[in-house]
Amino acid sequence: MQEIHLKIQRQDGPDSGPYWDEFKIPYRPQHNVISVLMALREHPVNVKGERVAPVVYEVGCMEEVCGACTMIINGKVRQACSTLVDTLAQPIVLRPMTKFRVVRDLMVDRQPMFDALRKVRGWIDIDGGYDIHVHAPRISPKDWEKNYDFSRCMTCGCCMEVCPQVNTRSQFIGPAPVGQAWLFSNHPTGKYYKEERLHALMGPGGITDCGNAQNCVRICPKEIKLTDAIARIGRDATIQALKDLFLK
Amino acid sequence: MAIKKPKIIVIGGGLGGLWATMRIAEAGNQVMLFSLFQVKRSHSACAQGGINACLDTKGQHDSVWQHVVDTIKGGAYLANQPPVKAMCEDAPGLIRTFDRMGVTWSRTPEGVMDLRLFGGVKNKRTCFAGATTGQQLLYTCDEQVRAHEERGLVKKYEFWEFLSLVKDGQGRCKGITALNLRTMEVEAFRADAVVIATGGLGLIYGKSTNSASCTGAAASRAYQQGAAFMNGEFIQFHPTGMPGDDKNRLMSEAARGEGGRIWVPRKQGDTSNPLTIPDDQRWYFLEEWYPAYGNTVPRDVAARAIWKVVRDMGMGIGGKDLVYLDLTHLSEEFLRRRLGGILEIYEKFAGDDPTKVPMKIFPAVHYSMGGIWVDWEKNETTGALKQPSPRNHQTSVPGLFSCGEADGTYHGANRLGANSLLSASYSGRVVGESVAAYVKGLKESVDTAPEDLYGNEKKRQESINKQIMSCSKGENPFLLHKELGDMMRDKVSIIRTNKQLDEALEKLKELKERASRMCLDDRHGWSNASLSYARQVQDMIVLGEDLPIPEGKFAGDPEFEAYRAKWKENNTKWLKTTLADHTPEGPKISYEDVDTSVLPVEEPRDYR
Ligand SMILES: Cc1cc2nc3c(=O)[nH]c(=O)nc-3n(C[C@H](O)[C@H](O)[C@H](O)COP(=O)(O)OP(=O)(O)OC[C@H]3O[C@@H](n4cnc5c(N)ncnc54)[C@H](O)[C@@H]3O)c2cc1C
Ligand code: SF4
Ligand code: SF4
Ligand code: FES
Repeated sequence: MQEIHLKIQRQDGPDSGPYWDEFKIPYRPQHNVISVLMALREHPVNVKGERVAPVVYEVGCMEEVCGACTMIINGKVRQACSTLVDTLAQPIVLRPMTKFRVVRDLMVDRQPMFDALRKVRGWIDIDGGYDIHVHAPRISPKDWEKNYDFSRCMTCGCCMEVCPQVNTRSQFIGPAPVGQAWLFSNHPTGKYYKEERLHALMGPGGITDCGNAQNCVRICPKEIKLTDAIARIGRDATIQALKDLFLK
Repeated sequence: MAIKKPKIIVIGGGLGGLWATMRIAEAGNQVMLFSLFQVKRSHSACAQGGINACLDTKGQHDSVWQHVVDTIKGGAYLANQPPVKAMCEDAPGLIRTFDRMGVTWSRTPEGVMDLRLFGGVKNKRTCFAGATTGQQLLYTCDEQVRAHEERGLVKKYEFWEFLSLVKDGQGRCKGITALNLRTMEVEAFRADAVVIATGGLGLIYGKSTNSASCTGAAASRAYQQGAAFMNGEFIQFHPTGMPGDDKNRLMSEAARGEGGRIWVPRKQGDTSNPLTIPDDQRWYFLEEWYPAYGNTVPRDVAARAIWKVVRDMGMGIGGKDLVYLDLTHLSEEFLRRRLGGILEIYEKFAGDDPTKVPMKIFPAVHYSMGGIWVDWEKNETTGALKQPSPRNHQTSVPGLFSCGEADGTYHGANRLGANSLLSASYSGRVVGESVAAYVKGLKESVDTAPEDLYGNEKKRQESINKQIMSCSKGENPFLLHKELGDMMRDKVSIIRTNKQLDEALEKLKELKERASRMCLDDRHGWSNASLSYARQVQDMIVLGEDLPIPEGKFAGDPEFEAYRAKWKENNTKWLKTTLADHTPEGPKISYEDVDTSVLPVEEPRDYR
């Protein structure tokens, strides 16, 4: 293999239409999709020989912990930095995620995911960021394991991309924020606000919008057991609804 | 009377910036938090290993004092000691606070926080959360700040880049200008105090273990506007980086700890399959040179030895900057059990299975001990810091503060493993409290500052952008950055000679001149990543001039080793903080005594 052949879906801004651009760059061993995009911007000439603007993309850690570089690569949503070129069929087709507004080229606006974290009260309430000379209550190794699973969610959006219920016609909050809501309510003091979190997930766009397609749990790069959280929250929400009805 | 409703800007949302934001907001102040991207994606997420604090829960009689001693000696006595003492003393309380914030610390069977052993110390003192400690700490701070956002105390400006300070006639910092990375418009913001928490500068070396945003450009901008920069020469190299085209990823020291052997083929330039090279044709140079420790010599010793073998003797694999880190003599079962996660990282990014094929590694730029100079106020009774004090973490520009990897306070010439998540968090907390104290003492609100201060600075920034955008022939910022990085890795590296450093300074001058003629392939006015990149490269070059320090401290030492002080005979000469002040011709270097009031320099740094 002497060349790397790229087909990239581009877009100049949120309101302009998409178009395709093709590039060929010399092959080098151990390239990943980010290092290819970096090589490309040094010499951004497409196959037609036109010098074009370098492709715009988001990047951060380059080691699959920050979630920034998520895009659709040969049809699969994943992190570009940990996708090795040697494992991909050519031409390599890069597209921006489709469940978020495109900012430019491969860069999308995932702000709705962060807004959702606000909505589900995605934090533990503390009196202040100073020492009160005690730790939080103990956590069993088993609970720790469950919590740690979810606390590695890097808000990358892969699960949102593949969820059939997350789309422009629905308000569904999506799997990742549900997982986070569960995480905070499974903390020994975080559970003080479990009710508030459940209520945030009970109305329109909430937990009942999940169609249980299981796509989310299969795609998550961190193998977070999203459907477990969805099931547990679903159960708790039903109980909460009954409580709300009878204890008013 | 104190001013009403002070406005405070924090630039950077890594651990340092988020802690600062939290503490400022908790004091009831409004914070505008600026970041290049969503703060949750900050570089702090990369840290895997852990964070140090003496919890002494392992029956080892660990003590806070020992943490102080390890940190001071580890840094070759080149850090001012009162802040170090304060940090180590406050560390357990900081960890407890993190625990209340919900960090998923790894647990013992009893359900309390577990501790692990980390490089350079004798006791288990490192708190950790699985293999993603930095990510977990960052996320809990991100969550706390989100709660403050919900309470209306914090307003985030994500996808905004800090460009410059706005200073008044007396030289006090009164705000900033920033670039909206979507619309590419410059805006000026008023602030009673500004905090710079913009992280490290690894990207000045082109490739490092750092994230793409760790350019040092923001620190450079503050430096160019009057903030002194300290100890720029102290860069930590991690001995076992995995060289890549995009970055040099970290291969944990555990690989050597568990029995990994470092070698190169005895035949120079040999490119044959390493598995076919017989044992007597392999040179295990660490085992030969350091029979007592072998492959487990400390970080800096290993890094220097590899450098020597590859660069001075030309013995790198196939003539390249590479040596083998070999685990293939160990059983796969053992390796999977002991090093599972680490091996996966190598497999994921290098595409080879390290249980079957020797890994290829080379030392990588990892951490900047130096940074923006900040003040501190000593508590004469305790010998640590007076807290709160508006002096703590204030830069040489009044009203401008700094914390995190961007400032240079805690690590002297060398940082101990797991001490920088601590210093980033701790300094953020301290700076938050000192800013709150500082604005309390202000007599005049920034609202009274004349409008033209802001208008003029905004215009100045716009004209720089315009010049870059309108150029039709000139330097490509991406290639220029590559040239900068290649040169820095070559000349301002693990072993430095004065001659090389002089050459580096010469080259930096040339690059600076060429960087003033930057030209972009991207002409768009929307989300133009090239424009922001070009400006960062310009400022990286200027800060780069603070890194090769050829004279003064190390004068006349032809083969000095930049980050290990030869103690005693050189104490009077070397027990100094290097200070750089910006001038258009380059840095003006001066020296300041180190405060050694906590632990007098009576013993050399000890290697274990
Ligand atoms: C691979 C790796 C592993 C590590 N492991 C450990 C470990 O195990 N233990 C340990 O103690 N330390 C470790 N470290 C070091 C530690 O992670 C860092 O020193 C620390 O996280 C720095 O935090 P910070 O808040 O200063 O900066 P960062 O987390 O880098 O945050 C910087 C912030 O500044 C913002 N910013 C930058 N420039 C601008 C600008 N111009 N305008 C606006 N915003 C800007 C960014 O958006 C970001 O939010 C490791 C480092 C690396 C590279
Ligand atoms: S749950 Fe998994 S896929 Fe979804 S955002 Fe988090 S890390 Fe990404
Ligand atoms: S299980 Fe629910 S949340 Fe997950 S993909 Fe299916 S519909 Fe979406
Ligand atoms: S750049 Fe952080 S996940 Fe790829």
